[in-house]
Amino acid sequence: MDLLDNLVLGFSTALLIENVLYCFVGVLLGTAVGVLPGIGPTATVALLLPITFNFEPVTALIMLAGIYYGAQYGGSTTAILINLPGESSAAVTALDGHEMARQGRAGPALAAAAIGSFIAGTVATVVLAVAAPPLADVALRFGPADYFALVLFGLVVSIALARGSALKALAMIALGILLGTVGQDIYTGTPRFVLGQRELYGGIDFVSVAVGMFGIAEILRNLENERDRPALLGGVTNLWPTREDRRRIAGPIARGTGLGAALGVLPGGGHVLASFTSYAVEKRISKRRREFGHGAIEGVAGPESANNAAAQTSFIPLLTLGLPAHPVMALMVGAFIVHGITPGPNVITDEPALFWGLIASMWIGNVLLVLLNLPLIGIWVRMLRIPYQVLFPMIVLFAVIGTYSLSMNEYDVYAIAVFGIVGYVLIKCGCEPAPLLLGFVLGPLLEENLRRALIISRGDATVFLTRPISLSLLVLTVLILVLAALPMIRRRREVVFTDEE
Amino acid sequence: MGPGYFPLLIGAIVAALGLAIVVKGLIAGEVIEFGRVPWRALALITAAVLFFGFFIGRLGFVPTSAVTALLTTLASRRVRPLTALAVAAGLTAAATLIFVVGLQLRIPLAGPGF
Repeated sequence: MDLLDNLVLGFSTALLIENVLYCFVGVLLGTAVGVLPGIGPTATVALLLPITFNFEPVTALIMLAGIYYGAQYGGSTTAILINLPGESSAAVTALDGHEMARQGRAGPALAAAAIGSFIAGTVATVVLAVAAPPLADVALRFGPADYFALVLFGLVVSIALARGSALKALAMIALGILLGTVGQDIYTGTPRFVLGQRELYGGIDFVSVAVGMFGIAEILRNLENERDRPALLGGVTNLWPTREDRRRIAGPIARGTGLGAALGVLPGGGHVLASFTSYAVEKRISKRRREFGHGAIEGVAGPESANNAAAQTSFIPLLTLGLPAHPVMALMVGAFIVHGITPGPNVITDEPALFWGLIASMWIGNVLLVLLNLPLIGIWVRMLRIPYQVLFPMIVLFAVIGTYSLSMNEYDVYAIAVFGIVGYVLIKCGCEPAPLLLGFVLGPLLEENLRRALIISRGDATVFLTRPISLSLLVLTVLILVLAALPMIRRRREVVFTDEE
Repeated sequence: MGPGYFPLLIGAIVAALGLAIVVKGLIAGEVIEFGRVPWRALALITAAVLFFGFFIGRLGFVPTSAVTALLTTLASRRVRPLTALAVAAGLTAAATLIFVVGLQLRIPLAGPGF
C-alpha cells in the first residue's frame, strides 16, 4: 500500500531526535502564545522565521507548524479559565467553558477541550494524508491561466469568511496586492514604487509587514485600555471527566471533527468559522438547549475539536496548491522558499520525506500537546499571571531583533514601525489586517500567472475563459462576489460574527 | 503588457473600492469612533523601533536593546520608573542570552561606533 509506505517514510523522518525536539519546542511555544492573550501564532511564527533559516527544511517546517496548531490548544485554556480568548477561534469556547469553570468544573472543561482536540487532530491528519496526493495530481495539470483563476478565487473566498464589511475586506486585499508590487518587476527588472530608494528594489519584507500589523498594531490597541486581567478562578481540580461527561462529549467531538476538517480547507480563517459552526450545530441538535451558555460541556468539546481539525486541514491548500489559507500559512510559504522549495504540487514528489515527515509530525505534535496540556496545566495557569507590562516590551524587542537578523537590513526595522502605525489606523477604521497580508503574499503570484498566461497566449485574454478549470473557477469567484453583496447573506454573516464579541 | 500594467489595474481597483467605501459611509452616515488613542504608547513604541533600526549597526546589540526595551516599557501608562528599569534590564539580558549566546546571531555586543 502506497499510503502505508509513505507514512512509514514520514514517521521515520519525524521521529528523528532533532525533529521530535523541535516539534516539542514548536508546540510548547504554540501553547504559550495561545495561552497568553495579546500575542498570537501569526506574530510568533513571523518572529521565529529568521531563526529557522539555519535548520534543515523539514525541521523548520515541523516547528513552525507546531506553533500554529499548538496555539489552538493553548487558546482554550485562557478562554476557559479567565474568559478571554487567547486565540480568535477560542472565542466560542469561552461561552460555556468559562461558565463551567465558575461552577468549579474547570478540570472537565479543559479535559474535554484537550481530548476533543486530540481526536480531531488525529483524524484530520489522516484526512490530510489521504486527500493531499490526489489533489496534488490534479494541481499538476494547472496552467498559468488556471493558477491565476485559483489565486483570485482563494482571495475572494477569504473575504466571504472575514468578519466585518466585505467591501473593506476586498479593499484590504487589493491594497495588499498593490504593496506586493513594490520593487523590481519580475519580467523586465524595472523598479516600481521605489521612490528612488535602493533599499526598496527587493520589495517590502513580508516579515516586517506581518510583525507590524499583527504585533505592534495589536499592542497599540491593547494599550488603549490598560486594565488588570480578569481574576483567575481558583485551582484546577478533578481533571478527568465523569462517565456522564464522556458520554456527552462523544457526539460533539465526532461532528466537530468532520465540520472542522471540511471547513479548514477554505482560505481565510476556516478554523474560526469551524468553531462557530460547530457551536451552532451542537446548540441546535442538543436536547438540553437551555444548558448552552450555562456550562454545557458539548459547547466546549464541539468547537474545540472543530478548530483543531481545521488547523490541520488548512495545510491541504498549502501543500497541494501552494496557496496559503491563513496568514500563518503565508509565513510558511516564506519558510519553504528560503529553503529553495517552491510550495505546491511538486513538493509531494520532489521532497517526499519533507511532505510526509511534516504530516507525521502533526500527529506526534498532537500527542505531545495532550501531554503538555493536561498533566502540566498548572504551568500554563501560572503563566497567565505574567503582567502585560512585561509581555508587550518583550514582544516588541524580540520582534525588532528577529526582523533585523533576517538580512541585517535596518530598513526592514523601519518598515515595522510604518506598518505598525498603518495597521493600527486600519484596525480603528474597521479594516482587518489579515486580508491585506493574504493579498500581499498572493499578489506577486497573481501577477506572475496573469502575465505568463497572457504571454503564452500572445495577449489573447480569452485564454482565461477557454480553459475549463480556469473558467469554472472564475465563474465561482463571480458567484461568491455576488452572494457576498446580497443583503440577506450579509445580514447572516453579521449575525454569525457578532455572536463572537 | 509592460511592468506598469498590473499596478495600474490594481491601483484602479483600489481607487474604485476606496470611493465605494466613502460613498457607502456617507449614505449610511457611518461614523468611526476613534476613541482614546494611546498617544504615549504610539510615540514611544515607534521611537523605540526606529531607534533600534538606526543604532543597531552603530552601537551594537546590548546598548541598543537596552534603550529599545526601556522606551517600550515606558509606553505603558501604569508602569513605575523603577519597575521599567528592572523589566528593561531583564529583557536585555534575556535577549542577549537567546539571540547572541543561544542562536549565535552575528551582531557585535557593543560597537563598532559611528
